[in-house]
Amino acid sequence: MSDLATSALPGAEFSGFVQVREAGLHGMITLRGDLASGTLAAALHNATGCALPAQRKVTRAEGFALAWMSPDEVLILCPYAQAPALVATLAQALAGEFATVANVSDARAVFTLSGPGWRDALAKLCPVDFGAMAEGDIRRTRAAQVAAAIWVSGPQEVHLVCFRSVAGYMFDLLSTAAAPGSEPGLYA
Amino acid sequence: MSYRLAQGGRLINRAAPQTFRFNGKSFTGFAGDTLAAGLLANGQMLVGRSFKYHRPRGIVASGAEEPNALVGLGSGNSFEPNQRATTTELFEGLVAESQNHWPSLDFDLLAVNNLVPQFLTAGFYYKTFLQPRAFWKHVYEPIIRRSAGLGKAPAPEARDPNRYEQIYAFCDLLVIGGGIAGLQAALSAAQAGARVVLWEQTAHWGGRAPVDGVEIDGAPAQNWIETTLAKLAALPNVQLRLRCMGAGVHDHGYVLGYERVTDHAPDLDAPRHRLWRMRARRIITATGAIERPLSFAGNDLPGVMLASAMRDYLVNYAIAPGREVVVVTNNDDAYRSAIALRKAGIGVPAVIDARAHATGPLPEAARALGIRVLTGKGIRKVKGRKCVTGVEVCRIDSKGTAYTDTFSCDAVAMSGGWSPVVHLWSHCGGKLLWDDRGHFFRPDPSRPPLGADGAGFVQVCGAANGDLGAVLEGAHGAGQKAVSAPLTPAPAQEKLESEAPMEPVWIMPRRAEYDLRTKMWLDFQNDVKVADVQLAAREGYHSVEHTKRYTTLGMATDQGKLSNINGLAVLSDALGQPIPATGTTTFRPPYTPISLGAIGAEARGATFQPLRKTPLMDWHAAHGADWEPVGQWRRPYTYLRPGEKRHDAVNREVRNARENVALLDASTLGKLLVRGPDAGKFLDMLYTNMMSSLKPGACRYGLMCTENGFLMDDGVVARLDEQSFLVHTTSGGADHVHGWMEDWLQCEWWDWKVHVVNLTEQFAQIAVVGPKARVLLERLGGMDLGAQALPFMGWREGKIGGFDARVFRISFSGELSFEIAIPASQARAFWDRLMAEGADMGIMPYGTEALHILRAEKGFIMIGDETDGTVIPQDLGLNWAISKKKDDFLGKRGMERSAMQNPLRWQLVGLETVDGSVLPHGALAVKAGLNANKQAITEGRVTSSYFSATLGRGIALGLVERGPARMGEVLSFAGEGKTRITARIVDPVFYDKDGAKQNV
Repeated sequence: MSDLATSALPGAEFSGFVQVREAGLHGMITLRGDLASGTLAAALHNATGCALPAQRKVTRAEGFALAWMSPDEVLILCPYAQAPALVATLAQALAGEFATVANVSDARAVFTLSGPGWRDALAKLCPVDFGAMAEGDIRRTRAAQVAAAIWVSGPQEVHLVCFRSVAGYMFDLLSTAAAPGSEPGLYA
Repeated sequence: MSYRLAQGGRLINRAAPQTFRFNGKSFTGFAGDTLAAGLLANGQMLVGRSFKYHRPRGIVASGAEEPNALVGLGSGNSFEPNQRATTTELFEGLVAESQNHWPSLDFDLLAVNNLVPQFLTAGFYYKTFLQPRAFWKHVYEPIIRRSAGLGKAPAPEARDPNRYEQIYAFCDLLVIGGGIAGLQAALSAAQAGARVVLWEQTAHWGGRAPVDGVEIDGAPAQNWIETTLAKLAALPNVQLRLRCMGAGVHDHGYVLGYERVTDHAPDLDAPRHRLWRMRARRIITATGAIERPLSFAGNDLPGVMLASAMRDYLVNYAIAPGREVVVVTNNDDAYRSAIALRKAGIGVPAVIDARAHATGPLPEAARALGIRVLTGKGIRKVKGRKCVTGVEVCRIDSKGTAYTDTFSCDAVAMSGGWSPVVHLWSHCGGKLLWDDRGHFFRPDPSRPPLGADGAGFVQVCGAANGDLGAVLEGAHGAGQKAVSAPLTPAPAQEKLESEAPMEPVWIMPRRAEYDLRTKMWLDFQNDVKVADVQLAAREGYHSVEHTKRYTTLGMATDQGKLSNINGLAVLSDALGQPIPATGTTTFRPPYTPISLGAIGAEARGATFQPLRKTPLMDWHAAHGADWEPVGQWRRPYTYLRPGEKRHDAVNREVRNARENVALLDASTLGKLLVRGPDAGKFLDMLYTNMMSSLKPGACRYGLMCTENGFLMDDGVVARLDEQSFLVHTTSGGADHVHGWMEDWLQCEWWDWKVHVVNLTEQFAQIAVVGPKARVLLERLGGMDLGAQALPFMGWREGKIGGFDARVFRISFSGELSFEIAIPASQARAFWDRLMAEGADMGIMPYGTEALHILRAEKGFIMIGDETDGTVIPQDLGLNWAISKKKDDFLGKRGMERSAMQNPLRWQLVGLETVDGSVLPHGALAVKAGLNANKQAITEGRVTSSYFSATLGRGIALGLVERGPARMGEVLSFAGEGKTRITARIVDPVFYDKDGAKQNV
């Protein structure tokens, strides 16, 4: 029924010293388990083509990505429509493991920030040293008063993931932080 | 009277005049002026009235230490009180007004306070207004409030139109202070490859060096400053920031920086202030030093200024403080001001030097210019009322009963030596040493503030370190040491005239009599005089912290930047002990006040707090939702139709749910996936009842208690499969229960194999409620929802009308009810579909108030209404939900304590008023008589109270002593004032006790 599905803020966009865009529906699956388990790594590789990411890293393959979340959790990124089937595949492959697979695609909102100033905009909201973050890195942090995960997905692009219920707050925050004239000149 | 010289002024641009207003009068200054410079250029020496005595006050300093020149800046929404004129950069159209005058600056009626010298002395408030007691509130306080105080608040309805922001940053080394010491330290560290940030609070680099005529490598300091800046700017690992004050140093190298982005240019479309939240591995403070006033009678008159400030105004802004300036000093540095003034063509009738001899290069240079130098002398008193007209001079060691010389003058430059700015060093615990040469406290390098690694994380260089001579070598070493670079010889050297030692003079003259001491100001801003501190000492105030609070010395917005050392020297003298034995008061952040706007930053307006929205919130908003906050969510209390009153809307919604079909957005309910081989065991510990015996496909209501047995959360648990449970929590409890579970799993039962995943936002939850609920859902089709296929307290998964749905046959209303979990992204489409399909059935949404009434009619408890953290399940008649089979669960032991077993505990009952009215929420049931405290004796309270649309009367739930055993008794509840409302104890289930309506 994904044709009836809508993301939290469809089409929301803001042009400041970086471009902020709500990125629509993304497939996201939480996987908790023993990341040292060969079975788990193999199941993930078979299902997504991605290797297990190292701490605070994201690995990618065609259409898929794996993001390190914590010592016992990875986040699987996939096309939205494929998430339910992928959950079933992984659950089956990990049936003998102490592992939990859950579709969280609908629990989240995703924003992209593009432009060389993304670090300057996010530095106003997140207590993170963005100078130490490069493409392929991910950080779980907070943006002002809510939780956020920030994935550097391109040379001048990041994906920011937050809970769906605070998408409006997050969009307002990002728009404020990226407002023209407020360039802090920290990283950019 | 002060005026602008025809030539000079290194910071001003004479080609760019700027018009500004002060107390309604129009003035002209130049770009580059501070407001203080602009006022002085226009001869405006009187800028305010003092805090207690309403004495006329002028500009005394040139920087952050200024105590007097506080103004109200801007107007209307942008009005801001207590802004220092000395740190306010002038801009075209600036509007300022002086403070604390009544009715006008020039003519202040309250200056009468000044005529009675004993009025408002130390501890005055404590002594004078004790009796009669009632007078304080109605007589004394209103008068004192009018008389005392600084500035006025903006109008209550004013709203600051500016924006503010905060920003997080990180570096290896943060250098605070952009004088030549700070520049050198930053460069030396940066050239070693470290990530360096340099902050300067003013708009200019280089600090005092250019004003003081320092030469570096044989050239004026300005050349070196520019070269060094160019080198720093060329390094990619360096950030330079002007107008950014190091406000506070905190643990773990956390430093707050206050950047005033547009204060100097309010038309810029940018945040006004930016608060930097810096994490620095190491910090160097190069914050300079502040010159101290001298304590002589009349030292607070407009026209008496710090000697260094006079030099600043002269060199930086081409301002002459007057036509004839007497300099009074106890050190050689003040001669620089005398020389500079004379060279600019200003008369310097005399330098009054407290020392017996003054023969160094600077005094000799002054004499060579024809300036008369009087040694062993001091100022007896300054003459004049609103401005300086002259000084009387006496021998420094005398009582000051008579003068030896008099001079006519219109300004006095005073210099009592220098105090290093040790604030930032001290904020996080850096200790101080008393320096016997310079007579000041300076940082003790052996006792720095310590970081997490046990090493000092703050160093100090330059004048802030007590180095009042050459600083570059020390700064270079500090910079290299801070980043563990190999030490090299200093790359630059400065040349300064040698100076003879200063000689401390804390009171001028040293044996001054009482009438002189009552006119010697220590703290200009808070009107504390030498006599006040001496009085405090006589009255037994020996601790410097106590004296500070008793006399208010150093308690104003300037936090004693000028008064601190002089004050505690006077105190030490009065106590007959050396200054280090007295010690200093505590230096606390911020260094100077920072704006509330910067502290709040983005947290205002739409982003004041996160507002959590369910996927259906927009629909609710478009359909008359009357909101109520539920944690960070906002839920419809009711849906108002045009012209409808709240109460009527709620009753309509209740009746519709009982008679037709109604929808509730229950998406805010917590939904936690608890999964793993030990999930059943885990939930058996968390809930009071048994969850491990639940069969897949079934649901069970459960209670969660704290270790003490008090009810914490409740909800329905569904078993999804052998290893998986879906736990529903209350809306407000979702995050807390998740954290509670993780706490037990991570800290106590870390070897249990259980995962918890918070799925609260993955699903919207829509309750389809009412006799026609099944018919409606069958219209959508796709799932058998018959009583056989989906019995009460069962759940099924499948498609309804093509939507992915998990249907729970549970009821919080007593009606036939299906709670349907839908992926959040599909929820709006599903809701729209239900509303459309149910239109002919009279479908309506209902809000939280109808939800409450429906559950109260059924006697269902609500966490937070029937519970308040002191209620155990047994109080609510929920014994049936407490397992007797389990060995243990959280709260079991707590419930066994004697107080929990007390038969007199208040227990849940229904309450019906005798007259059918609605009991006030929270009303207490009172018995005849009074307790030992003369309070009414109570025997119960109302926990929920509503008008029941179904029953047409008021109903309530309450906790009553031995309540269930007293069915039918009539209680008396306290209403407003002395009114009493009688209500009968009844069964808490008011409606459909057999559950016939939900079991269809």
